[in-house]
Amino acid sequence: MRRLYALVVAAIASIAAPLAGEAGRAAARDELSIGFTQYPSTLHPMIDSMAAKSYVLAMLRRPMTSWDASWTLRCEVCVELPTIANGLARAVERPDGTRGVAISLEIRPGLAWSDGVPVTSADAAFAIEVGRHPASGVAAQEFHRRVERVEIHDDRRITLHVDRLSYQYNDLGDLHLLPAHLERPVFQADPGAYRQRTLFDAEPTRPGLHFGPYRLAEVVAGSHLVLLPNPGWPGDRPHFRRITIRAIENTAALEANLLSGAIDYIAGELGLSLDQALAFQKRHGARFDIAFKPGLVYEHVDLNLDNPLLRDRRVRQALLAAIDREALSRQLFEGRQPVAHSFVNPLDRVADPGVQRHGFDPARAQALLDEAGFRAGADGIRADATGRRLSLELGTTAGNRSREAVQQVLQNQWRRVGVEVRIRNEPPRVFFGETMRRRAFPAMAMYAWISSPEGGPRNQLHSAAIPSAANAFAGQNYPGFADAELDGLVDALEVELDFERRKALWARIQAIYARELPALPLYFRADAFILPKWLAGIEPTGNQHPSSLRVEHWRARP
Amino acid sequence: MSAYLVRRALQAVAVLAAMSLLVHVLLALMPGDPVDLMAAGDPRMTAADLQRLRELHGVDRPMLERYLAWAGTALQGDFGWSRAFRRPVLEVIAPRLWNTVLLMGSALALALAIGLPLGIWAAAREGSMVDRVVNLACFAGAATPTFWLALLLMMLFAVQLGWLPAGGLPPARSGLAGSLRHMALPVATLALAEAGIYARHLRAAMVEALAEDHVRTARAKGASRLRVLLVHALRNAMIPVATVAALGFGGLFSGALVTETMFAWPGMGKLIYDSILGSDFNVALVALLFATLLTLLGSLLADIACAALDPRISLAEAGRE
Repeated sequence: MRRLYALVVAAIASIAAPLAGEAGRAAARDELSIGFTQYPSTLHPMIDSMAAKSYVLAMLRRPMTSWDASWTLRCEVCVELPTIANGLARAVERPDGTRGVAISLEIRPGLAWSDGVPVTSADAAFAIEVGRHPASGVAAQEFHRRVERVEIHDDRRITLHVDRLSYQYNDLGDLHLLPAHLERPVFQADPGAYRQRTLFDAEPTRPGLHFGPYRLAEVVAGSHLVLLPNPGWPGDRPHFRRITIRAIENTAALEANLLSGAIDYIAGELGLSLDQALAFQKRHGARFDIAFKPGLVYEHVDLNLDNPLLRDRRVRQALLAAIDREALSRQLFEGRQPVAHSFVNPLDRVADPGVQRHGFDPARAQALLDEAGFRAGADGIRADATGRRLSLELGTTAGNRSREAVQQVLQNQWRRVGVEVRIRNEPPRVFFGETMRRRAFPAMAMYAWISSPEGGPRNQLHSAAIPSAANAFAGQNYPGFADAELDGLVDALEVELDFERRKALWARIQAIYARELPALPLYFRADAFILPKWLAGIEPTGNQHPSSLRVEHWRARP
Repeated sequence: MSAYLVRRALQAVAVLAAMSLLVHVLLALMPGDPVDLMAAGDPRMTAADLQRLRELHGVDRPMLERYLAWAGTALQGDFGWSRAFRRPVLEVIAPRLWNTVLLMGSALALALAIGLPLGIWAAAREGSMVDRVVNLACFAGAATPTFWLALLLMMLFAVQLGWLPAGGLPPARSGLAGSLRHMALPVATLALAEAGIYARHLRAAMVEALAEDHVRTARAKGASRLRVLLVHALRNAMIPVATVAALGFGGLFSGALVTETMFAWPGMGKLIYDSILGSDFNVALVALLFATLLTLLGSLLADIACAALDPRISLAEAGRE
């Protein structure tokens, strides 16, 4: 019996021992455990696009350029951002008479892969070679296809000859250097099999794949990644000697992990939704710092302009005037998500503060519907002279609690002006993979776009981006909006280098959007960063580049 | 017996072949293909990108052609590559399979360890307060939603008491104790739900067995109460329990989606779910076929267990039918 008792005591002691270790870790605060809701299926910087991958890779490496927290473009890998003004970018005449651009880049001195091999021009040239190869598996090849020629001057200086001079000529966020000394043999052996054999996925912890402040030390697929400082990083020394990133998909479990101390911090980019974060703040706000950062995710309701009811601009304007978005944002999101008046975020320098605003005005909505010929019937729902009821279907991603709550409010407010709205939600896979891509939504679809600062609206608003069988259902102009003037403005915008003239073009585009309303703007989504009080230095960006891009500035408060 | 096993093996091959075609067809009929999903997440993709990727991933080929190509290589032992993870399918499945076996196997063992004594105890005291309390506990365990139970355990043991981690796989540097701590809550969540089911089955079978003539005879011959329960009644009563346990064998390998998701435990349930939603056809197909195979194996084990427990059941005769 005594032996059994001793055995039980020993077992309890061995199980409890790690708790003491965790307490020690918390006291030292030189380790950080981050929780987010998605595990990256690949760690190759160019294959597939997913937020979880961007978040992790931002600690391990840098794109050539990025937008910082003040939405200023900065060079990450090069010494100086190339511009026409500083002469590092220059317009060139192409043989066919069009204008291209030659962009000169100088790689920062001291940058080295985590195996000690210096980062060189050959790595940039190799990345472009992989990016433009049709069998490499790189999904979006537009940037790499446009690079006609790569001129290597020496180990650190390189010139890219791009076939088109657009205003975004120096936004080189799609250029991710690849370690040619490791990856070239894999690629050359069989470019078609490269996406399956790349060391980024086959041997993700192999030294030499990254050159950022941290290197990967442990990868447990579907569970967690462990990062250790990269001794060869020439920038500021990172504070944390170990970062663990845990993927916990269920947000209730994510909260429990935070409260139990299993994770220290929930990343805003891939963490709790705003309503969950607000509820968390009420319950545990005293223990954590919670930062809300509105960003470039634009929530809106697309209107299918092929629907005869929605072809009438007055109906679209009435739909917007009938909803109280300020109250909606205030009541559902405590005002943390600013109401959108166009697709351009007010934080963007090209946002037009004078853009037409459709405030909440039910009387105006009723008048517009009367004018459009829709009169209220016995059941309160409007119909036109032919008996066509003003009945519309509204779809969104099933299971998204915020959107479903917004849907209920909108349905109620539209009913008050005589518009019947039927809700029909679908799983995200069906909604995005089929319904939206094929423009199969009958009337209205609520979802979000993510763009970049001063990101051109071609893909969402140009008539060439209306998905159809002819263009293999590419493009995201799901409303089917076609406006000759706007098409011309988008074409002109893309090649206009003068900022003031470009801003005028942006203002005109926003004016047309606000007048025609191919979509009903709702709000700009905010990310909620839930931080322990001792963690400092995390600066949410609100743009497509995650806060982890400045991981070397994260600190534990003394 | 051997003829019976050969017959069952041939049946299994036929079922697997049919299942592979059925699963392939069902996956192919799902809305949207992998390239559609990529395009939905990356607005930079152009029409040329979409066309190129469809050719690269083979989704532009007819469904039957894709199936035959897959079946041809699968017969040679090559089950293809995961589109999402860019690794051979078996390499993707193997670590998750191990995680699931560890989780579900431990849960099954714990469920049996709790459920069987409870079932026997309740049957031995049929109609008493003990029986009623056990019944109530069993119904509560079986009826409690797994996600809710998981959250309750997490909030109590991880958040309030701080005794156990709230989930996730143990870090590489943690030893056996660390592994046990990480497994404790997910295993308990699964076991508490399952234990009730086993207890209910065993109680019902035991009550029936205790009323049989041979048990009455054993009692009349002066056998002790414990001997009557464990030797004379339990053997017969174990037949339905063995069937349920063996049929649940397939579940050992197909995982428990809710528990795995709640405790961030990367296992087969989550992998199958994600691979279906992410159009990772090869992984979904092989994982589902594997679950089918194990369910067939479980069914075979159930038959063998029943034959071992009940001499009236003859597998040799079954093989001759």
